[in-house]
Amino acid sequence: MTQPVLLKVSALKVAYGGIQAVKGATFEVRQGELVSLIGANGAGKTTTLKAVTGLQPVAGGEVEYLGQSIKGRGAWDLVKQGLVMVPEGRGCFTRMTITENLLMGAYVRDDNEIEADIEKVFAIFPRLKERRDQLSGTMSGGEQQMLAMGRALMARPKVLLLDEPSMGLSPIMVDKIFEVVHDIHQRGTTVLLVEQNASRALELADRGYVMESGEVTMSGPARQLLDDPKVKAAYLGE
Amino acid sequence: MDYFLELFFGGLTRGSIYALIALGYTMVYGIIGLINFAHGEVLMIGALVSWTFTTAMAGSGMPGWVLLLLSVPLAVLVCCALNFSIEKIAYRPLRSAPRLSPLITAIGMSLLLQTLAMIIWKPNPKPFPTLLPPDPIDLGGPVITITQCLILGLTVVILSALMWLVNRTKLGRAMRATAENPRVAGLMGVKPDFVISATFVIGAALAAVAGIMWAANYGTVQHTMGFLPGLKAFTAAVLGGIGNLAGAVVGALVLGLVEALGAGYLGELTGGVFGSHYADVFAFATLILVLTLRPQGLLGERVADRA
Repeated sequence: MTQPVLLKVSALKVAYGGIQAVKGATFEVRQGELVSLIGANGAGKTTTLKAVTGLQPVAGGEVEYLGQSIKGRGAWDLVKQGLVMVPEGRGCFTRMTITENLLMGAYVRDDNEIEADIEKVFAIFPRLKERRDQLSGTMSGGEQQMLAMGRALMARPKVLLLDEPSMGLSPIMVDKIFEVVHDIHQRGTTVLLVEQNASRALELADRGYVMESGEVTMSGPARQLLDDPKVKAAYLGE
Repeated sequence: MDYFLELFFGGLTRGSIYALIALGYTMVYGIIGLINFAHGEVLMIGALVSWTFTTAMAGSGMPGWVLLLLSVPLAVLVCCALNFSIEKIAYRPLRSAPRLSPLITAIGMSLLLQTLAMIIWKPNPKPFPTLLPPDPIDLGGPVITITQCLILGLTVVILSALMWLVNRTKLGRAMRATAENPRVAGLMGVKPDFVISATFVIGAALAAVAGIMWAANYGTVQHTMGFLPGLKAFTAAVLGGIGNLAGAVVGALVLGLVEALGAGYLGELTGGVFGSHYADVFAFATLILVLTLRPQGLLGERVADRA
């Protein structure tokens, strides 16, 4: 591991009212990696991501991005530095067209390659190109997930955070989405993938972390986690 | 027929002014869910700034229309600065407070501005100088004044510019995105404070122009003049579906026409029992009717209460 650490989360604590949703999450993402954070529903994965991107206040611990603490920084501020999240439930702007959604993704940019990048996104997701002038609210869940990912790519992320991209999708669409995640990673984007679908997430990943009841309890190379008897029993249904 | 057309133009003019004000209400509501009750007072300040300028410069020898034209950017500037400050000082600290707090603050702000205006400009109604030739244009029967023509034309231009801004520019997209989902808009890099301030500033500019139009059309200015058009425009925004820009314009035009035609024909219909001063009754009866039959407004979507 000689690549620099881009995102480092240490002993992170997050509370909702009086409830500690995250009690101690520690993990890191190095440049060029695809890291998967897996765990059951309610383990605190989404809350962890929200705290990292400034959507939820941090109660304790440290979050560092590019070597600097980003605790308390607003989400809008982090996007400019390339920390981009695709939220759970996609969060497409349903009353805007596909193209407008993609332009929103490029909100922090003012270069003249935005149009070219839209075409690149359309090359990855040809379905979006067919419907470029359609309101995103009229699309299926899978198509909205494609749009949400395409929109995040428009910001030219250094680190892309994906929150449950396969949730609620048909098996065919899940295949397509994981294929694209793999593709995005192969093209050089660093990815932190948060997923309940542990087997698929670990198959793609370089390294993995397992979250249980608000804590990171296991970590290691993804292959190793896939073969771990405890992980197999708890998350892979074997 | 001529009488009808005259009433129609009058209603259209009134409705246009309501539309400019209603857009301010509806944009602010769309972004932060607040009914900004101080919006009518912004209009009043705009009209009074224009009055101060045009009366002070009356001896300068410049023609009236030039004075009126020059007073517009001045009033817009003052109102934008004012509304920007109101949001920053009064509403921003309450952004995560329960919804009732900013609402009451808005009412307080409205009273404060009225009182301040009364102190600065004195309480008496002031005649707004006739700056445009008062001769009506004869359309071969129905009659329309130059002021009315100007109001209608200017409203079309302003509405087109606003539609362009909201639908075609980066700022407009950010405003729509923030209105739909502020958290996700933040994830795109949109700074909420910036978009909210921009919305208040745009609303203030429209209100300032509306205030000057109101003053030029009805001929008097005073510190309480913002209340009724403010209330009517709010009614128009609700009528059209609050939060919906096209709805605000449609609601405003409907309201203006209903008022004008209702008032114009009421005497005839009731054999003189009710006079034209019952115009307001028509406006609010329309609101009650629409809210009973179509609670989301004419163009509004059915949404759960966002509180």
